[in-house]
Amino acid sequence: MTEHAGLRHVRYVLSDNPVTAGSFALFGLFLVLALVGPWIAPFDPLETDPSKVLQPPSAQHWFGTDQLGRDILSRVIVATGLDFGMALAAVLLSFGIGCALGACAGYYGGWIDRVVSRLADTIMAFPLFVLAMAIVAALGNTVENIIYATAIINLPFYIRVARSEVNVRRNAGFVEAARLAGNTEARILAFHLFPNILPPVMVQISLNMGWAILNAAGLSFIGLGVRPPQPEWGIMVAEGASYMISGEWWVSFFPGVVLMLAVFCFNLLGDGLRDMIDPRRRT
Amino acid sequence: MLRLIGKRLLAAIPNVIGIVIVTFVLTRALPGDPAAFYAGPAATQEAVEQIRASLGLDQPLWGQFIDYVGDLARGDLGLSVSTGQQVLDEILRRLPASLELTLLGLLVACAIALPLGILAATRPGSWVDHACRLVTTLGVSLPIFFTGLLLAYVFYYLLGIAPPPVGRLDSMYSPPAHVTGFYLVDSLLAGDPELFFAAGKQMVLPVLTLAIFVLAPLARMTRAAMLGVLSSDFVRTARASGLSAATVLYRYAFRNAMLPVVTTLGMVFSFMLGSSVVIEKVFAWPGIGSFAVDALVQSDYAPVQGFVLVMALLFVTLNLMIDLLYTLIDPRVSIDD
Repeated sequence: MTEHAGLRHVRYVLSDNPVTAGSFALFGLFLVLALVGPWIAPFDPLETDPSKVLQPPSAQHWFGTDQLGRDILSRVIVATGLDFGMALAAVLLSFGIGCALGACAGYYGGWIDRVVSRLADTIMAFPLFVLAMAIVAALGNTVENIIYATAIINLPFYIRVARSEVNVRRNAGFVEAARLAGNTEARILAFHLFPNILPPVMVQISLNMGWAILNAAGLSFIGLGVRPPQPEWGIMVAEGASYMISGEWWVSFFPGVVLMLAVFCFNLLGDGLRDMIDPRRRT
Repeated sequence: MLRLIGKRLLAAIPNVIGIVIVTFVLTRALPGDPAAFYAGPAATQEAVEQIRASLGLDQPLWGQFIDYVGDLARGDLGLSVSTGQQVLDEILRRLPASLELTLLGLLVACAIALPLGILAATRPGSWVDHACRLVTTLGVSLPIFFTGLLLAYVFYYLLGIAPPPVGRLDSMYSPPAHVTGFYLVDSLLAGDPELFFAAGKQMVLPVLTLAIFVLAPLARMTRAAMLGVLSSDFVRTARASGLSAATVLYRYAFRNAMLPVVTTLGMVFSFMLGSSVVIEKVFAWPGIGSFAVDALVQSDYAPVQGFVLVMALLFVTLNLMIDLLYTLIDPRVSIDD
């Protein structure tokens, strides 16, 4: 398929499915917020104001103010960068390590395959969120360790996809041809087989991003990783939790809704990507 | 059949070994020096060394590992520094609260998800189908702690029909006599319907929160599996032979569609056990998850390790039960053996 036809296919899928187009737009908006958030936030996200404690949403403070008088809209905007950054770093880490391990396991087989598969099975033997909790507890309570923990619990998915995709192609005609042409095994793996596992993995990445954001926010909600006063969606929901049942709903509500939208956006994006990549949908 | 069960049990052993190794490694990777932590800030160097020796931390790593496995075999998960209690006792006391919540949540989720998935699959393109798709996509996107808080806000603060979201029982009641540890069962055994409803009322919101979360993957899988089975040859043959629609749907299609759904239950349990931790924090539920979270915040690590180990073993057991359930509903599995 030429580049031109590829673009036309993307446009076809987008026009066919307005929800996917909408999720792309929403993703763009989040990306802008993540990149330039600190510069477009109307207030300083850390500035407290005792005279404006727990004010409901108003023209000046669209999302209201929290228990220290900080502007919630500004905090939600600035938090986008941290939440997206944590999820992206975690997903890229597990993508890189998981694909490398899985591809080697699928290509070479033997003891490498046994060790890698056993590793994936062992990770999957834990309830994943609980394992993430344990890893953060053991490594120390920092943002980096939240990223490592999220990356580790996502590893098995990438290992399995990469392993099975490489395994079915290890003796395919084009691999034999590459081998006869004198390519080294490592080169075949990196330049001939690896591009083939990218499409299914891209879908996995998008679905994983949503899950990674939820996971990181969940860990901060129970008090791990991100420390106050740093704005982060999960911790903001946690800070507002006790006000929720006394009627000050906005403290938790807005960060919660934005978090939900972000996850929703990635899930729709993953479904849309799958439609684009799945050849059965191509006409 | 017995041979099959034995084989499945054997297959779980590597997983258990893996779990023990991982929890051991996580124990050793802890920040700081446990000996200095137990000795307290005012301890002298000799006192710290003495405690190090008594904890077995002066031994090589493999020696420590053997000690660790020995402790586990004796059921010794260590002492909680913050409560001064044996971790195992505390976990066993709190486990029923967590299990009651999780099992009931799964039951409610299945009760909604299976009919929803079947309806969506038998009427593709209808409003039920669209509702199913909306529910499944929304359900996986909702942060579980946020759903819980929203439900508490709406049903407790706005409508005033739910009890305050704190704990298993309103403080005006005393818990039923301990038999199973499940308040709903124990209150019935004690013949106290008022207590049963009081405990039930406390459970509605957390159970609903958990069910909404778990609903999504279950309904999605049921719908996909039903769609696949309904378009298969044997269903067409059954229809062509003039069997009634209900017989085709429930005896032919449903039973076969359940196989992939049962397989996904493993993933569902993983999500449920993880999210129960968060739910227990939201609803101040005195289960093992909130025990671990409280301990974690106070840097009291023995309960956290015990909790992780118990959760992982629970998960392995659940997966084992899923495997057995699978062989029960799919006779082909045991024939293949």
